Amino acid sequence: MVEHGDIRVVHRGGSKINSREPVVTNDSRFLLCASGERVKVFSTSTEECVHDLRGHTDLVTGVLLRPTNHLQVYSCSVDGTVRLWDFTDGILIKVQLDYCSVCVTCSWLMFDIVCMCVCAELFQLVAVHLPQSGDQLVEAQELSAVLSNVSSNPAATGFGRGVRAPPLRSPNAPPGAITYPKTDSPHLLTTQRKGGKNTLMCIACHPKDDCIATGHEDGKIRLWRNFNHKKEYTYTTLHWHHNAVSSLRFTPEGTNLLSGGLESVLVQWRYNQESERDFLPRLGSAITHIAVSPDGTLFCTSHSDNKITIIQSCVKVSAVIQGLVNGESVRTDLMVDPRSKSLVLNGKPGHLQFYSLQRDKLLYNLDIVQQEYIHELGLQQFEVVKVAFDAPGNWMATVEERKPKAAEPEINLKLWAFDEQTQSFVLNTTVSAPHEAQITSMCFSQAADGQTSMLVSASEDGHFKAWQLPRSAYEGPSWSCDFVGDYRGLAPQCCCFSADGSLLAVSFQEVVTVWSPASWELLTTLSQPPKAIRDLCFGRLGCSKYLMGTTASNLLCCWNLLTCSLEWSTSMDVSLLLSDPLTENMAAFCCQAESTDLFVFKPSEPRPVASLKAVCSGKVTRAVFAPREEMLESCEESSQWLNRSQLYFLTQHMLFIDDSVAMTPFYLLLGKHRKQENQDSLTRLSAELMPLPRGSLAIKELLQSPAHVLPSTSVLCSMFVESLLVSVADGSEESKHAEEEMESEKEEEDSEGEMESRTPRPEPASPGLQSAESAAPALTKAQLKELRRVKKLDHGWLADLLLS
Amino acid sequence: MGEFKVHRVRFFDYMPAAIRAMAFNRRTERLALARADGALEIFNFADNYFQEKVIPGQDGRAVEALCWVGRRLFSAGLNGEITEYDLENLRPRYTVEAYGGPIWTISAVAYSLSGCVPCQVGCEDGTVKMFEVLEDRIQFQRNLDRQKGRIISLCWHPSASLIAAGMMDMIRIFDVETGKGVGASKSKEVVVWSIAFLSDHTIISGDSAGKVQIWDGLTGTLARTHLVTKWDVLALSDESSLVAGTSEGTVVQFQFLSSTLDGQNKDWVRTRTFKNHSHDVRALVHTETAVVSGGMDTQLVVRPLLDKVEKNTQESAMRKMAFPHRSLVCCAKKAGLLLFQFPDHLELWRLGESDGHGNPGDSLPVKRKPEKLIQLKRKGEDHICCSALSPCGGWLAYSTVTSFRLYRLQNNTISITKVSKLPKDLRSAHQLCFSTDSSRLFASSINSSVVVVALNQPECKYLHTLKPKSGEQQPTTASVSLSVRLQLHCTVPVYGSCPTAIAIHPTSSNLVVVHADQQIFEYSLVQKEYTEWSRRLQKQGLHSLWLERDTPITHVTFNPKHPAHIILHDMFMFCVIDQSLPLPEAKTRLFNQMILRSLPEPMRILHRHAFKMCKTFQNLMCVRLLEDHSLVVVERPLLDIMSQLPAPVRQKRFAT
Repeated sequence: MVEHGDIRVVHRGGSKINSREPVVTNDSRFLLCASGERVKVFSTSTEECVHDLRGHTDLVTGVLLRPTNHLQVYSCSVDGTVRLWDFTDGILIKVQLDYCSVCVTCSWLMFDIVCMCVCAELFQLVAVHLPQSGDQLVEAQELSAVLSNVSSNPAATGFGRGVRAPPLRSPNAPPGAITYPKTDSPHLLTTQRKGGKNTLMCIACHPKDDCIATGHEDGKIRLWRNFNHKKEYTYTTLHWHHNAVSSLRFTPEGTNLLSGGLESVLVQWRYNQESERDFLPRLGSAITHIAVSPDGTLFCTSHSDNKITIIQSCVKVSAVIQGLVNGESVRTDLMVDPRSKSLVLNGKPGHLQFYSLQRDKLLYNLDIVQQEYIHELGLQQFEVVKVAFDAPGNWMATVEERKPKAAEPEINLKLWAFDEQTQSFVLNTTVSAPHEAQITSMCFSQAADGQTSMLVSASEDGHFKAWQLPRSAYEGPSWSCDFVGDYRGLAPQCCCFSADGSLLAVSFQEVVTVWSPASWELLTTLSQPPKAIRDLCFGRLGCSKYLMGTTASNLLCCWNLLTCSLEWSTSMDVSLLLSDPLTENMAAFCCQAESTDLFVFKPSEPRPVASLKAVCSGKVTRAVFAPREEMLESCEESSQWLNRSQLYFLTQHMLFIDDSVAMTPFYLLLGKHRKQENQDSLTRLSAELMPLPRGSLAIKELLQSPAHVLPSTSVLCSMFVESLLVSVADGSEESKHAEEEMESEKEEEDSEGEMESRTPRPEPASPGLQSAESAAPALTKAQLKELRRVKKLDHGWLADLLLS
Repeated sequence: MGEFKVHRVRFFDYMPAAIRAMAFNRRTERLALARADGALEIFNFADNYFQEKVIPGQDGRAVEALCWVGRRLFSAGLNGEITEYDLENLRPRYTVEAYGGPIWTISAVAYSLSGCVPCQVGCEDGTVKMFEVLEDRIQFQRNLDRQKGRIISLCWHPSASLIAAGMMDMIRIFDVETGKGVGASKSKEVVVWSIAFLSDHTIISGDSAGKVQIWDGLTGTLARTHLVTKWDVLALSDESSLVAGTSEGTVVQFQFLSSTLDGQNKDWVRTRTFKNHSHDVRALVHTETAVVSGGMDTQLVVRPLLDKVEKNTQESAMRKMAFPHRSLVCCAKKAGLLLFQFPDHLELWRLGESDGHGNPGDSLPVKRKPEKLIQLKRKGEDHICCSALSPCGGWLAYSTVTSFRLYRLQNNTISITKVSKLPKDLRSAHQLCFSTDSSRLFASSINSSVVVVALNQPECKYLHTLKPKSGEQQPTTASVSLSVRLQLHCTVPVYGSCPTAIAIHPTSSNLVVVHADQQIFEYSLVQKEYTEWSRRLQKQGLHSLWLERDTPITHVTFNPKHPAHIILHDMFMFCVIDQSLPLPEAKTRLFNQMILRSLPEPMRILHRHAFKMCKTFQNLMCVRLLEDHSLVVVERPLLDIMSQLPAPVRQKRFAT
């Protein structure tokens, strides 16, 4: 196909749809929301994504319907452009370039003529008059600063009745201040009490009356009136929320005020009769934004679990648009459900989410903890910490844990059976307190016969337990403990079954013990001092005789289980090791100097099949191989490993980068990471962009890849044209990153041998390392033998390197 | 400051009575306040909210409503009587029976017509009775149309031609000329606790269903309902802004605002909510700048409206008045006895003793516990208004509005004998004081006169009456001490603010006067002029923190060992003023005792100043220095008072 197929990291979705408040169109049929670098158009009735408005090159920070044309929408972005779209057809109408594009980090759109945006560091409110011209590309010239020192929180700025006198908020004044620039003299309204937690969180202006509603950190809502007088302003306090009010909105007629917060209850206050209020409780998670359709019939609430709820007239939830939930942290590993091929990870608190990678859509949530979630800060909740699936996907095991302060952790092990009729998992067995301490690892046996399943869990209490489903169950099968194993009182770290399920490897600090699950006898021990084993992994298919392990002393070891000896080892700081269940390949993520490298190799030979430098910044903590729906026929060596499956990974910037990223040569760079990503990743982005036109690689890819894997033509065209334009501009603009670009270019041109040279392989063979190892005090005879054998290994490729 | 051995007394179970009614006189800026035990208090809002006058209560007198007519004060109660008070002599002047059963409310026209002022009362039997206020009495004029059910609340229209009456389930408007009802507004099964009639014929009512309702008085239709609480709205007070008190202890403000900034259509909007009370708010007053509220929790709260006053000034601070602005404790310095004054009895206690020694701040072991020697019940139905104990502990005197009693105490045997023969002039007293050698008794009596009585062993002898020459105001609160001067010695220059405490120095004969605005003057009786120190103090000015304190100094005394020391106290601190030290500059820290302690010796001298204040003891009722140089501190923690209050009718709980 392509003789020079390069592998790229692309953003596959799962971006936040709750970062800004959604917009409902005038006819209430569509809902628009900013999602990463795109604007997504959802249908309010079917919850489906109708269009993806792609074109921004950075995070979209604001979406606004054009007041003069209801079928058009403005969007603004951190890249400094304001674009006008026709959202019914998904067409970009106009690109408007803002000259201060470099410093815009946050912007909001408020009016047709005036666009308000906030510049970085200064946080100024700037009015931009968008010129009315027919050109595609317009540069906005007229800029006027309205107010300096505004808050970076978009919810803390509001616009009142009439363009001339918008009430605004200023954070340099003491907390709880509102500025009201009447004609030209802004003044502050302050409400201050000593010790009061009344920091302003959000603001809303009444559409008809001169009344400002502010939400505060202590859960109070204040309605300010009479604020044109310097002193005689007055306010009403409404108090229902017990935590900070995160969003406030008046209905279009001004008859109701909607508020929401952590309690995940939408509160509707009658304007001027505030003692009467309606509640819509149990919305699932904390409300971050509230939007109301222009006719007032639909309310939309964005939630902290990346969800948009559409509510009809404050009584009925009519639709839920759910994105990839990213909680505070992903405690479970990324898992692929063998049946639905969906990604499984922590979702809502106490839930597992099943996320379709192909369709970028949440399939369903499974309630694991099955307890009422109490929305309160600082409360210790049950969390799902481990998930495991057996090979055919009939069984799922989950571990949930709650660790109260100064108390023993509460641990539950739950086993779920797949129910064919309901097509979901049904709870089969609950084991409370399966271990006395935290469970460190858990895996199912990869039994080939598919009949007997076995689960092994290892815990810090020094035991590992095997759980089995007894055959002769007379009142429905349930799981029970079959075997408890330990080794010299050490705490087991990882456990792993071999591909055929005949061997179980359990690591106890620096010792790997290999057990036979059939007879539960300790077959052998392998050890690699001085540091503890961090990761264990059996080879698959042809390489199933190998056991891979990483140690805390930055060593990647491969044991041959037939000879019970170390086959090879290399020194690299592997943060994550995982095997592809469909091929022999294994992937190792190496964290070096703030960025992560990826190596793909086969356990049988100590040379990488493929290696990628600087896949992303930060440490990769979770990754998974997901099988492809259809196999690819790539003959090229460096990308062959991706023929059957794709690799997804989560980076450490978990809070900001919620992307699962796929490695495949066939996706164009469509979108990139979330906001607040550091400059590094941005430059890398451009580095990856660069080679596109030069090698005319993109064109070849476009022409040769099947149509169904390509994005829509309109997007490709603009991308293509853009890439041609940018290449010149970038060179002058980003001179300080030129060096990195050069490097990436070189990577493209260099041969495969060159690629290999970049792997940090030579070290284990070098005499320096050997001496270091022999200097280590306690080396057993077996280990010495091992070392000698390693030395004899074929290091021809190293010689190659030295010569070149 | 020196070290003192301190008797920390916490066995004075003083319980103030609940506030039942209030009336504010805008012209004189006096607030009249009625308590549940029938006592009346007059606060001067122009003079730092000082409690000027106290009229003691009476058994069976339950004041339900108060009203000012000019400078005259009337009250009506459930005993069916209307009482006018003599504010000069601090006693009821006369009582008129209304013949209509218990009276729930009384209301007078806000401004006085020429000559006669009509005044109305609402009675249990459903009649509204009109009285004419004459020069020296009030006279029944006529009844308005009799209604079914009791009249709970009344309010005049500012034009004085209409009156609105709140009743059970109904609001009725009467024409004053004809006495006929002209309109009625009905609501269901509620008690209209309070009502306000505005000049634009808007009637605002607060009822037992927790609603504040705004009615159109011309048509009798309901314009708007504000649900304020789930329980009763008990008190209502109006202006262009209106406040409503609830049985939850909250006070809600409503304001007449336009919805747009330049708009004309105004509306009553609920604005602020104040939560300063733990119990029902029974009485409310809306002054120009503040909301004054009182209720079952016995505290008077003045809450300034921040949109009416300058921010961060003394005026904008909230005030809570819990204790009376006079001393209810009397101390025999030589004998170590304490006399506690309650409305219906007196208690005499002997202080405990300790011979332990310890570091500053330690609590010493008590060798002999304090003991209650005598509990003396008063006679008659009038409450005790003042009492005194002689420094030697041999004489005890108390007075009610109608009677005066003097007792001889035998400390060793704990016996008490009443002195039967008393001089005629000594019928009642507002203030009592013994001389330091316990040989004379001074009593301030009717018509601002001071009666001097010589105390000998068997009986007492009338000596002299000091009468003011001109119409001077009587020293109602200040206590006179020490020496007898049989002729008018001199007149101290008049200062604008009321004195809260005075004392004459035992050796130098300097008079120290502390005023309600926290100013301190020292006047030399020998030279008949202000002393050098007093002049210096006035020149430099007092420290701003001193002036910002919100409770008045209730007692001044001197330290016999250090003649330059003046000891004074208010509710939250006591202070030793050392006249030999430099006065504090405006920028120095006033409360510097803790800092001084941490400084090395030479640095201390640099930082010392005349005002040495101690806040270790809180909620002080009394601070006295005994002969043996130990200090008696009588505390009454507000929490103890709170815990002794009856359970609130309604209490808002979280998430209800």
